[in-house]
Amino acid sequence: MSYEAWIILIGSMAGITCGITGCFLILRKLSMLADAISHTVLLGIVLAFLISQSMNGIYMLIGAAVVGLLTVVFVQLLHSSGVQEDASIGVVFTFLFAIGVILITLYAGDVHLDVDHALMGEIAFVPWDTVQIGFLPELPKAFLMLSAVLLIVLVIIFLFYKELKITSFDPAMAAAIGIPVLFIHYLLMGMVSLTTVASFDSVGAILVVAMLIAPGASAYLLTDKMSVMLILSGVFGVAAAIIGYYAAMLFNVSISGSMAAVNGILFALVFFFSPTKGYLFKKFALKKVKYGSEQ
Amino acid sequence: MMNPVVVKGLTVAYQEKPVLKDINFEVPEGKLIGIIGPNGAGKSTLIKAILGLIPKAAGQIQIYNKPYRAKDRVVGYVPQRGSVDWDFPTNALDVVLMGRYGHVGWFKRPGKKDEAFALECLRKVGMADFADRQISQLSGGQQQRVFLARALAQEAKVYFMDEPFVGVDAATERAIIDLLNELKEQGKTVLVVHHDLQTVKEYFDHVLLLNVEAIASGPTESTFTMENLHQTYGGKLAFLEKGQMIAEQK
Amino acid sequence: MSDLMNMVLNNANTQWVLLATMLLGIASGVLGSIALLRKQSLIGDAVAHAALPGICIAFMLTGEKSLLALLIGATITGLLAAYCIQFVISNSIIKEDTAICLILSVFFGFGIVLLTKVTQSPAGNKSGLSDFIFGQAASLVGSDVKMMAITAAALIVITALIFKELKVLTFDPEFAKGLGLPAGFLNLVFLSLLVAVIVIGIQAVGVILMAALLITPAVAARYWTDSLGKMIVISGIFGAISGVAGTLISTLGEGLATGPFIVVTATALFLFSMFFAPGRGIVTNAIKRQINHKKINRELTMQKERGEYL
Repeated sequence: MSYEAWIILIGSMAGITCGITGCFLILRKLSMLADAISHTVLLGIVLAFLISQSMNGIYMLIGAAVVGLLTVVFVQLLHSSGVQEDASIGVVFTFLFAIGVILITLYAGDVHLDVDHALMGEIAFVPWDTVQIGFLPELPKAFLMLSAVLLIVLVIIFLFYKELKITSFDPAMAAAIGIPVLFIHYLLMGMVSLTTVASFDSVGAILVVAMLIAPGASAYLLTDKMSVMLILSGVFGVAAAIIGYYAAMLFNVSISGSMAAVNGILFALVFFFSPTKGYLFKKFALKKVKYGSEQ
Repeated sequence: MMNPVVVKGLTVAYQEKPVLKDINFEVPEGKLIGIIGPNGAGKSTLIKAILGLIPKAAGQIQIYNKPYRAKDRVVGYVPQRGSVDWDFPTNALDVVLMGRYGHVGWFKRPGKKDEAFALECLRKVGMADFADRQISQLSGGQQQRVFLARALAQEAKVYFMDEPFVGVDAATERAIIDLLNELKEQGKTVLVVHHDLQTVKEYFDHVLLLNVEAIASGPTESTFTMENLHQTYGGKLAFLEKGQMIAEQK
Repeated sequence: MSDLMNMVLNNANTQWVLLATMLLGIASGVLGSIALLRKQSLIGDAVAHAALPGICIAFMLTGEKSLLALLIGATITGLLAAYCIQFVISNSIIKEDTAICLILSVFFGFGIVLLTKVTQSPAGNKSGLSDFIFGQAASLVGSDVKMMAITAAALIVITALIFKELKVLTFDPEFAKGLGLPAGFLNLVFLSLLVAVIVIGIQAVGVILMAALLITPAVAARYWTDSLGKMIVISGIFGAISGVAGTLISTLGEGLATGPFIVVTATALFLFSMFFAPGRGIVTNAIKRQINHKKINRELTMQKERGEYL
């Protein structure tokens, strides 16, 4: 496969994985928590590196998942001790991210891991960072990691679809019929952590937020069915990855930054032109109403 | 006869002051029970504590002689309408279908039978024509009916409803009360948080008067008295006068 | 340590930098408290991230690193981001958290795109624009640092002047309108103050962590008092300590970014407050709750013994 094809494939896989995970975050009003996790996994990755002294993907996944879940626990703790939720998130993620940055500059500055990489990823180098496992041919590490995480995410959604749905829609009712709301919450947060770290190499800590939230937000404005929303968000994720890549080549800029920007542009298009919930449609409908009442 | 709901010494405290203090009551099977009391009396809290949605400081709760367990599926719950996101990508039928989730169990999807049953529940509340509507496009009364249909779909023996009459039109209120009576005739027990004193006598067989403490509970006829209302509502004169009127109408 | 003392005592530039970060800390502690109570903390986070594209555009337009131009660019995109968030929330079913997250990450994405473009030019490569990401207070020099200090001081003074109006508006917007206060105008003024403090802060703290200087000291201060006036003062003090301590620590080592150390200092103050503040701290509270539970149980048993409950 060509270099270009690998980048597009890996970007698209990150787009799908982030997009469908992000739908649940939007519906549960947990977007900011995802923003927090995407920052704090940096600490997880740095700690995993410092402890294991290797850049092995498995250690990083574990480190990131642990710190991601810790972020959720800390936010929960602060919130239940009386701090506003938005402020709890702000305090926790800035602190953990700051520690991560300090550790990188102090101990890991000379290795593959550096701050710029953490911020915007290095999808341009990802196809060359390959590994050979079992009978498989030599494949990019990022591709393997994203495949594994995408599979996990799909399996979780397939198995727990109705639980994820009802705990998002009506947590009180879900608890009353005996669905373990807290377990589902942490399951989802685990998914977010894995998704973030798998996409981390390609797109970095902060741009992954755009990939998590924008496709789902666009899909949210196009449909009234949750299953359709999930599929659409995947489509948007892939579209942003492909268009973003070619835009980056055209203007010779950061590929991951460009993917985030395209995600934003796609959202803006949907926001204005969605056939039922779009801004222009609503303005138009309002005018019709006004016009009608004048007659 | 076995009493479906028995509460003994229930105390709930969020912070310094208890919200519910040493509540004791039992409700008989196959009745409509009104939970009555002023704002802040702990009516919603009582339901949530019974269902185990909030921790209790002390006390015991028994549903059909057993500590409450959600998986026994004997209880149906209609939360206050404000608690959900109306923009959620879901339609009326889908919401009612959620009432079947407890029956369907882990790792399985609701099937054709569940769907037919959900549609039947929607029909019972007169909402079958709106099955495909996104829920934000329904009126307040219609939304409440969908939530009742969802409770029906749970096929429970005991129902807890939190202020089902708030913000609904007269037609919906009538439809809801007809439905409650139908449930009663099927031998189900229905507990309803209610705050309109005028309709208490008309709607409920039993009442529980609540104001942090359980003031009184029993058949409406003998329990919904001026004296008990006075104790429940204390110095709140507006309520008191209304109560007097109702008591005198007897 | 004595080196540090020497540097502080003898180097005029270091003294200015410390004064500037101290004033910045006070200003962001003060404005952050109000933002916290208005539940706008995370909008501050979005504004800070959104400053990046503005900085890059300003640099591309002027072709030189003039701090004033960069800050004007940052202000424009910061305000634009705040406006976009509001626009998306009020014109669609998208909720606030999603809108903030979306605008934040997309603006930052644009910022990264522009930053890669800027650093491709030889002038841009040396411009040190990437210092804006994590903050580099030590690199502040001469007139820039004076401008920063003066702006921060001005923000503090303006906030003090309209404190009582902001207080009413924050606590009860409807009542404020009833009093005849120009609510829309005051909201805009406050937002501008918030954007201004973020913009002057990003050079020292960086766009990613600037939010912490707004949120953390304010949340910490909330543990110590129930009065807004006192909360703002305490938050300002915490902010000042964080700014000064963070700057000092980062000057100890070569190439250490300032932002992370400011954030860690602020969080340390927060943790101390959370555990030990009288009245609200976790440790103090746990002790009080123990006493209270015993009291409730004792009362219940006493009442039962007297036969008040049947």
